[in-house]
Amino acid sequence: MISFTVNGKPVSVEDPPSTPLLWVLRDSLQLTGTKFGCGMALCGACTVHIDGEAVRSCVAPVSRAEGKKITTIEGISPDATHPLQEAWIEIEVPQCGYCQSGQIMSAAVLLRENPKPTDEDIDEAMSGNICRCGTYPRIRRAIHRAAEIQAQRAAK
Amino acid sequence: MTVATEFKRRDFLKATVTLGGGLLISAYIPQWNKTRAATLVDATHPFAPNAFVRVGTDDSITIIANHSEMGQGVYTSLPMMLAEELECDWTKVRVEPAPVDPAYNHSVFGLQMTGGSTTTTSEYDRFRKMGAMARIMLIAAAAQNWNVDAQTCRAEKGYVIHAASGRRAAYGSLAEAASKQTPPTDIPLKDPKNFTIIGKPIHRLDTPSKTNGTAQFGLDVYIPGMLTAVVARAPVFGGKVVSFNADKAKAIPGVVDVLQVPSGVVVIAKGFWPAKLGREKLDITWDDGPGANISSVALRKEYAETSRTPGIVAKKIGDPAGALAGSAKKITAEFEVPYLSHSMMEPLNTVVDLRSDSCEVWTGTQFETMDRLAAAKVAGLKPEQVKLNTTLLGGGFGRRANPACDFVTEAVEVAKVAKAPVKVVWTREDDIRGGWYRPLWYDHFEAGLDAQGNPVAWLHTIVGQSIMAGTLFEQFGIKNGIDSASVEGAADILYGIPNLLVDLHSPKSLVPVQWWRSVGHSHTGFSVEAFLDQVAHAGGKDPYQLRRTLLANQPRMLAVLDLAAKKANWGGPLPAGRARGIAGHFSFDSYVAQVAEVSIDKDGTPRVHKIVASVDCGRVINPDTVKAQIEGGIIFGLTAALKTEITLENGRVQQSNFNNYPMVRMYDSPEIEVHIVESAEKPTGVGEPGVPPVAPAIANALLVLTGKPIRRLPIKAEDLRSA
Repeated sequence: MISFTVNGKPVSVEDPPSTPLLWVLRDSLQLTGTKFGCGMALCGACTVHIDGEAVRSCVAPVSRAEGKKITTIEGISPDATHPLQEAWIEIEVPQCGYCQSGQIMSAAVLLRENPKPTDEDIDEAMSGNICRCGTYPRIRRAIHRAAEIQAQRAAK
Repeated sequence: MTVATEFKRRDFLKATVTLGGGLLISAYIPQWNKTRAATLVDATHPFAPNAFVRVGTDDSITIIANHSEMGQGVYTSLPMMLAEELECDWTKVRVEPAPVDPAYNHSVFGLQMTGGSTTTTSEYDRFRKMGAMARIMLIAAAAQNWNVDAQTCRAEKGYVIHAASGRRAAYGSLAEAASKQTPPTDIPLKDPKNFTIIGKPIHRLDTPSKTNGTAQFGLDVYIPGMLTAVVARAPVFGGKVVSFNADKAKAIPGVVDVLQVPSGVVVIAKGFWPAKLGREKLDITWDDGPGANISSVALRKEYAETSRTPGIVAKKIGDPAGALAGSAKKITAEFEVPYLSHSMMEPLNTVVDLRSDSCEVWTGTQFETMDRLAAAKVAGLKPEQVKLNTTLLGGGFGRRANPACDFVTEAVEVAKVAKAPVKVVWTREDDIRGGWYRPLWYDHFEAGLDAQGNPVAWLHTIVGQSIMAGTLFEQFGIKNGIDSASVEGAADILYGIPNLLVDLHSPKSLVPVQWWRSVGHSHTGFSVEAFLDQVAHAGGKDPYQLRRTLLANQPRMLAVLDLAAKKANWGGPLPAGRARGIAGHFSFDSYVAQVAEVSIDKDGTPRVHKIVASVDCGRVINPDTVKAQIEGGIIFGLTAALKTEITLENGRVQQSNFNNYPMVRMYDSPEIEVHIVESAEKPTGVGEPGVPPVAPAIANALLVLTGKPIRRLPIKAEDLRSA
């Protein structure tokens, strides 16, 4: 039995400790916002936060989650008002949308650590996430926009 | 009933169309299908005048989308077209996927499907008419209630208004009464100058769900009692299982069973992870068959030799051989492009719940009619006994419109042996090694120039597998040995060259091939446009100006080309080490031109800084979606131009995941500008036309930088070293 919290809620799972966190989230907890894309930490679709750090859950054994706080796309904000979620809608980033949970989870760590990222910072932080629909130019714009929204909220 | 007879019965594609483009819309038939519409009606939604819309007593407007949402925005553009005529309150609009029903057949192709960049063009009339029909009946209901002439009433933002008396009634309050009105037979449509929704950058209806984890893709479907399966498929195309030992696989906790299916050996487990672990422990003896001899190195050599011999003539204008012989200057070039995988971010998957007298399927598909028929055939049921639910698609790019219905067929085969509801999941490796690739192509060109440097003879021989051969599409897609998808973008070039010959060789292979975003244009766009720049250089012409000369009788393409050149400041100054390349291409009835700004990095690889694109796709439904599709097409084309190739040795695909089949990522994503030409012409495709000009625009810029023509994709550092 491995116990941790997901989006603030305590859970215990009986999956073998080596099972990737991704499949525990999806198959055991039915939190399907976190996506399977490659299984090798190459595409970023499965990105979640473990104690605030961006982790590729497809290669992270669930044992790593023991006692930790896991955040998934479903829990990144209580009411879908994270600056990134708002910017994603305003800039109209998603196409098929499949990779976007992972994109937002990666961008969230970038914005927290670096409230005013440059294009180079975005290149560095976001190049682990693949978007086959090619929404990169809009992701870039939306991260800049989210930085503005975050700054405006902080000023209030 | 077999798929083939069903196919004929529906007179599928009686019109002269191709899946790849060249659409010829048959006469519009208003098909509102009362039988299907009746199923939409319930106590809270009393009014469904046709199969595409229902009105709720709560004023909600539900629009039924008969085309799949795979990122191209049709779950917003289809509602926009209908809502434009319905005059409803856009904030009340919801969209839901259509079930499989003849009411939802593609208005041109005659079966339910999404592809060929045709959703908007094929539904522009029908969706507007279906909205107008509902509006007319709502107005008639209000007029009757108020005992006034319907002509004195109008509709606006979800209300019927009688201005003379100041009365207004919300659509929801009229739904019941509207359902009793006689549907109109004459349905006039708005003058486009009065459009309030079409042409506006409306926010997509599906975006919020794609930012909070609630969007449901096929892989996200979980049903009670469901098991998960992965299939070990033959490592060589056409290979068969001889024997297998599943002892070690069955010892993995969570593995329920290991069984043989026609496509290989399936591991069925409680969840994906034990299924995958189980598959790794399988011991399978395969009979590779003749596919074990396939080598892409040998194939390229063979294709090169074939390309120098005459093929079946696809297009002949004038006297190409004579004009070539009499020309002042001749140039020859060859181009090659590899097999490519679609690699949608969501790997293929299908959920099947098979019972003795019914079968329910959930999958992200572009091919509903065919997939349902295929599922019924495998299950031994009638098509009506199969309920197919179309989920959101995590990318499609053509792969989910499989001519053999491969992923659905296999999933129903698995369900038959699993004897439980089951989800078949493909891994990334399964996807990349699973075939159904964009074909490997080889193109041989010869051109003759006159004394002024203008091309007067153009001879183009194409070698590559036919996509439609051996499929149900053969009967309409292949004429006199020419697969229209093999020569599109080559046999129909817009350039006014007086003597033209395009011929084709269609070698067969066990490697299965399929339409891949932009289909034949994905190679002809590159080869034709890259060769044209070689012609320009040989004749001492500016590549943009030569195109202008050759497009004198093509005003739409010329306007697009001029727009891209102007916005990109063609001929203007550039930072040291950079060059521009230009390319244009007509596909899916749309005109696109692109200018790429390129340099070569210190490590010898090309770097694309900026792409300026222009598009004329007729009347625009949603300008932001058009821009998004062209942007996405450019990134998709960039990956093909710079990154990816599928190669085979001893019949085995040598790539497996994004480490060796790499995608363009954020750091190599260029700045992109998209400019739309305003047009009142009929809307045409935007999903695919952004792809073809990318590679040649880059190649043409590199030709300026290195003096060495690019003759293959993906472009490699070794191809850039000066000649």
